[in-house]
Amino acid sequence: MSLLAPYVTGGITPNWTDYLLAARDAGADMIEIGLPFSDPTLDGPTIQEASDRALARGATVDSILADIPDLGVPLYAMTYANLALRKGFCASLRDAGITGLIVPDVPLEELAAFDGYDIDVVLLASPSTRRDKRREIAKRSSGFVYAVSLMGTTGEQEALADAQELVADLKEATDLPVMLGFGISGPEQAAAACRYADGVVVGSAIMRRILDGATPKEVGAYLTTLRTALN
Amino acid sequence: MQIDVREPSKLGRFGDYGGRFVPESLVPACEEVEAAFRAAWQDPVFHSELDRVLKVYAGRPTALTPAWRLSEELGITLLLKREDLTHTGSHKINNVLGQALLAKRMGKTRLIAETGAGQHGVATATAAALLGLETTVFMGEKDMERQQLNVFRMRMLGAEVVPVTAGSRTLKDACSEALRHWVTCTEDSYYCLGSVMGPHPYPWMVREFQRVIGDEARTQCAAELRAATPDYVVACVGGGSNAAGTFAGFVDTPARLIGVEAEGGAAMTFGQPGVLHGFRSMVLQDEHGQVTEAHSISAGLDYPGIGPEHAHLADLGRARYVTANDKEVLAAVRKLAASEGILCALESAHAVAWVLRAAASGEIEPGSTVLLTLSGRGDKDMATLMELT
Repeated sequence: MSLLAPYVTGGITPNWTDYLLAARDAGADMIEIGLPFSDPTLDGPTIQEASDRALARGATVDSILADIPDLGVPLYAMTYANLALRKGFCASLRDAGITGLIVPDVPLEELAAFDGYDIDVVLLASPSTRRDKRREIAKRSSGFVYAVSLMGTTGEQEALADAQELVADLKEATDLPVMLGFGISGPEQAAAACRYADGVVVGSAIMRRILDGATPKEVGAYLTTLRTALN
Repeated sequence: MQIDVREPSKLGRFGDYGGRFVPESLVPACEEVEAAFRAAWQDPVFHSELDRVLKVYAGRPTALTPAWRLSEELGITLLLKREDLTHTGSHKINNVLGQALLAKRMGKTRLIAETGAGQHGVATATAAALLGLETTVFMGEKDMERQQLNVFRMRMLGAEVVPVTAGSRTLKDACSEALRHWVTCTEDSYYCLGSVMGPHPYPWMVREFQRVIGDEARTQCAAELRAATPDYVVACVGGGSNAAGTFAGFVDTPARLIGVEAEGGAAMTFGQPGVLHGFRSMVLQDEHGQVTEAHSISAGLDYPGIGPEHAHLADLGRARYVTANDKEVLAAVRKLAASEGILCALESAHAVAWVLRAAASGEIEPGSTVLLTLSGRGDKDMATLMELT
């Protein structure tokens, strides 16, 4: 059975944590919570809009962490360096019961900033990453390894990029799950990705639905189609 | 104090600032630019090519003009480094010609750039036309409305101008969008960044391409000042490229280095350490770490960050950063125009405004010698000035 990791932007609606509950009930193995940043340089239009909307609602790292209920599945916070490198950030994640951290714009050379907090630091590898560095990323990642499927930003794609070689390189270097993300939009793509990856991260496809007004129940139904495709 | 301005650390750090805070997808592209720049900068052939286009195309060396009447009125010796006289009308051309030649050397066929006021976009479009490269310029929708003339200029020069509708629709969003776009096309496209900011090696490389301002001024000042160096070296700072280039020529002299920020975009004065667009420096942000927008009369200084080397020079106490407000800046434009016959850019007028204020208050002692980099000419600002006058 392959792993399903849905992504939800924290603070997107007043009842945003209901989307987390819906994701768990639909069989998510872990959930990524986006901590919105004003200048998300690795995100495409959907997550940009979701971040802007959450920030306009007054969402902050503190308010989002305070909202998070006990869900019984591992939670990963995804955000950017400017927030993640602030004093006290890692400690507040841990206090909120967050398992790990994903910060795409903190490179290998700067990871020491996250040492000593007893928190997983998930690293990303991309199709442009050299093979020797893929190994290093896989070895230094904790929790799981995030394989970026394409050279681009987050966002739905009509066709799934072929990331078999990248995933194979990463799997060769680690026993951690290798999750494929960026551009995975529906059940068929998720199933195709999991012919070689251990699981998928799905973000923009969920956030577009939420931006369009989908209820937690409707998002749960969508995630169930993904779950079924991965079983 | 001996300060080494030659190179940042291996990680691209100037003291606590700088670095390469980009997604893994962009790391190889940054490494490629760094390797290419290191090789080019040690290659006499590259230097002679660059020197030649700077001379026969951009119009270097630019003049050092004594501000005769203003000097007399203020009781100081004020010397103006005339970047406004370059082709395209600002110092931006120095950096862009360097980077465009580098891109060509790397085999890239297309330049990407961000622009605020449009000066860097125009300079990039110009260099691209000269070297037969394609150009795509990202510009905030709001800035496109404010700077229609420059949008038209870029299109005349053959550039594609892409409106950025995200966020505040200004320079910071244009920069984010350029980075997002670069991820998708690193194979054939070169990101031609406009200031001493962004991921390593850009802050260092752009300063090296701009140090021609300071190096020329050093020689020219020696001729004007009987072999002495000026007491003050003053330049406006947004990202800070004209200041970085100017300071590089004087950092090893006793000159007091003064960077003048726009009051509404003063990252050094009102910012906190943070990470934006690939580098760590001082950044305007709220208490929760969200980057705030800069607002001033000069679109070219409306950036919420500042080049990392400036933050480092401030930490060392080697340079001092002050502010000028919109009202002082408008008065400074008029004053320089009326007393010297030079209509400077609103950006450059920040440096003029500080000199006027500091000379009047006695902070600049009577009899002092002051070098001021006039980074650009004011033609692009006429519509703004007409509205406000």
